[in-house]
Amino acid sequence: MISFELSEEQTSVREAMQGFASDVLRPAAREYDEASAIPDLFFQQAWALGLTATQIPESYGGYGAERSPFTNALVLEELAYGDAALAVAAMTPCLFANALLDHGTDEQKQAHLAAFCGDSFHTGSLALSEPKPGFDPFAPSTTAEKKGSGYTLHGVKSFVPLAASAAHFVVIARSEDGLDAFIVPRDTPGLTVSETEKNLGLKALQTSELRLDGVDLPAAQRLGGAKGADVRRLINQGRVAISAVLTGLSRAVLDYCVPYSKERVAFDEPIAQKQSIAFRLAEMHMEIESSRWMTWKAASDLEAGRDATRSATMAKRYVAEKSMWISDNGVQVLGGHGFIREHPVELWYRNARTLGVLEGTATV
Amino acid sequence: MVNFELSKNDKTVLDALRSESLIARKYARQYDENEHEFPPDELPEAKDHPNFMSHMATRGAEDSGGSVMMTLIAMGSTWGDYSVRLRRRDSGLGNSALKAAGTPEQIEKWGGLTLAMAITEPGCGSDPSQVRTTATLDGDNWVINGEKIFVTTGCRADGVVVWATLDRSAGRAGIKSFLVEKGAPGFIVAHKEKKLGIRADDTAAYVFEDCRIPRSNLLGGKEEIPKGGSGGFKGVMKTFNMTRPLVAGLGLGMAEAALDFTREELSRAGIDIAYDVQGTTQSAAAAKFIELESAFEAAKLTMLRASWLADKGETNNIEASVSKAKAGGAVRDITQGCIEILGPMGISRAHLLEKWFRDVRITDIYEGTGEIQRMIIARGLLDYTRKELN
Repeated sequence: MISFELSEEQTSVREAMQGFASDVLRPAAREYDEASAIPDLFFQQAWALGLTATQIPESYGGYGAERSPFTNALVLEELAYGDAALAVAAMTPCLFANALLDHGTDEQKQAHLAAFCGDSFHTGSLALSEPKPGFDPFAPSTTAEKKGSGYTLHGVKSFVPLAASAAHFVVIARSEDGLDAFIVPRDTPGLTVSETEKNLGLKALQTSELRLDGVDLPAAQRLGGAKGADVRRLINQGRVAISAVLTGLSRAVLDYCVPYSKERVAFDEPIAQKQSIAFRLAEMHMEIESSRWMTWKAASDLEAGRDATRSATMAKRYVAEKSMWISDNGVQVLGGHGFIREHPVELWYRNARTLGVLEGTATV
Repeated sequence: MVNFELSKNDKTVLDALRSESLIARKYARQYDENEHEFPPDELPEAKDHPNFMSHMATRGAEDSGGSVMMTLIAMGSTWGDYSVRLRRRDSGLGNSALKAAGTPEQIEKWGGLTLAMAITEPGCGSDPSQVRTTATLDGDNWVINGEKIFVTTGCRADGVVVWATLDRSAGRAGIKSFLVEKGAPGFIVAHKEKKLGIRADDTAAYVFEDCRIPRSNLLGGKEEIPKGGSGGFKGVMKTFNMTRPLVAGLGLGMAEAALDFTREELSRAGIDIAYDVQGTTQSAAAAKFIELESAFEAAKLTMLRASWLADKGETNNIEASVSKAKAGGAVRDITQGCIEILGPMGISRAHLLEKWFRDVRITDIYEGTGEIQRMIIARGLLDYTRKELN
């Protein structure tokens, strides 16, 4: 049955996130972007929302709400409407925790999840991207060779969010079994976390490169143990997450352009009364709607446990392209002001370009 | 709960429709090449084939809503062919107008007829407030004079809902709709139009020369012209909130047929569409195909959204326009792109792709052009009146 009906719980989660996005994220976005850093206070505020602990079962110390990739997509759209960098930062602990929640063995969950259910901010991270042209998350260059009963990891990972403060990483690599994932504590010999990367967008979100020079891991550190992890699902979740973030970003752009174009007068009338601007805004709205439903469709595939490779890939490629187009038009609607850092559209333009190339920085 | 999966009953209906559409498709080329012929009311195969609509009799709470199903049925029908059906079932646009604006007595009287809708004139298309066809009261009759073009189902309909003005100086408020049955004196079906695509479709031009109809044929029955505002005009325009997602569906069904054909031909050529391969290793044809397929999915979802809102009884005028505008653009990109992917075989009349390319082009024009849809969307976004943005 075709339905776009959100549950009461989803609606209230969405409203709570809207409040947090407008009260906390949006007002802080510019300052943190300029500083290329996020103060601890923000992480504490975000932590209080319980984004990570909510969906962790009570037996591991969490609140025991149903694990819902769909609800998380709603959360991400709303947070990213406030600011995309802060949305990803707030959800980074989930990257690690949800990977364990979905794919880890009971021992792995026992060992790691409780730390995400405490009163103070705690994070791990996910190392998926690699610094090479046209990086394909389904074919990583990072390798995990069998050595004795364990594994040895070699490779370089990039754009690992909050790596500097992460206690552990889930590292995606290629083993003889295909796509594989490993839990790597940050003090493991052979693992180097670089200085903070300097990026075009999401500047507030501190990211690092991870070098894995012969990192030896016992078999117990393989995500999912002997069974391994469904890395494909992990990647699809990342794609849906990015689609949700970019949908929120696109909405922010349009909602900024609408009042601006009604106030800005040129040739004796508001520019919004000219078809060249009005039609552009209409098209932006059409693509935001399309983006949201593409994201929802892929998220509902994940929610139902279906293979979401097709829907998530299509959502990611579609939404990334449209959000780039929308933020590009946002800059154009504002004209010279779109280029000035006093307005947020140049930030959204940079963020859209940055997020569009990421395949799996976030897992919902 | 948000759900994009069809129920078992939904699938039964749409699967049965698909097998009907496969039969209809066999006749697609014949009626495209012989534009003056009408496809029959029933194809020869109809007698051995149960009507797919019989499956619509059993619906439950877990099945998709009626409007959602109608858009999916529109898609499933044109996936076979735009004009040819195993059994003809055009319920004209006039039927939607009758349902929306007619009095209970009028709905009772004419509900069983196939009704076309005549709005467009040689001098007015996107701006129907410029209608020049007149209706004048003479005793117990309306006398109608004027010309109408692009009347869908116009030749075969039993009657037509005609837009005419009682008083041109009253602007939109002066426009009323009238029901004219075939055979009314002075009602002339002038000719069937020759077109780029949807050639087997019945598109007529009408002339009304002192055409006399009973006074009770004014749709909705309200003869007075309200002062100020648009009168009943806005109400009549609401008909489009339901028909626009349907028109999106008609276009998208053909776009889906083009995608299915292209995928099969690519596969035959050894190019399979993989969704887990990145830019550097994907073939350009496969990458292009996924781009077109994504555009299809996006447009289809906006169509489902608009019709789902209609099922809920919620306002959907912006969403209806979004779905129409999205489909209007997507179906052009998709059919143009599929030809690009397949090259010379895409333009050969040995296949149907070139026909779909021609047929879908109307999607962004009728029932309000893409530009009109953008106008409606922009007015909604900006909270502008017709006067502030035009």
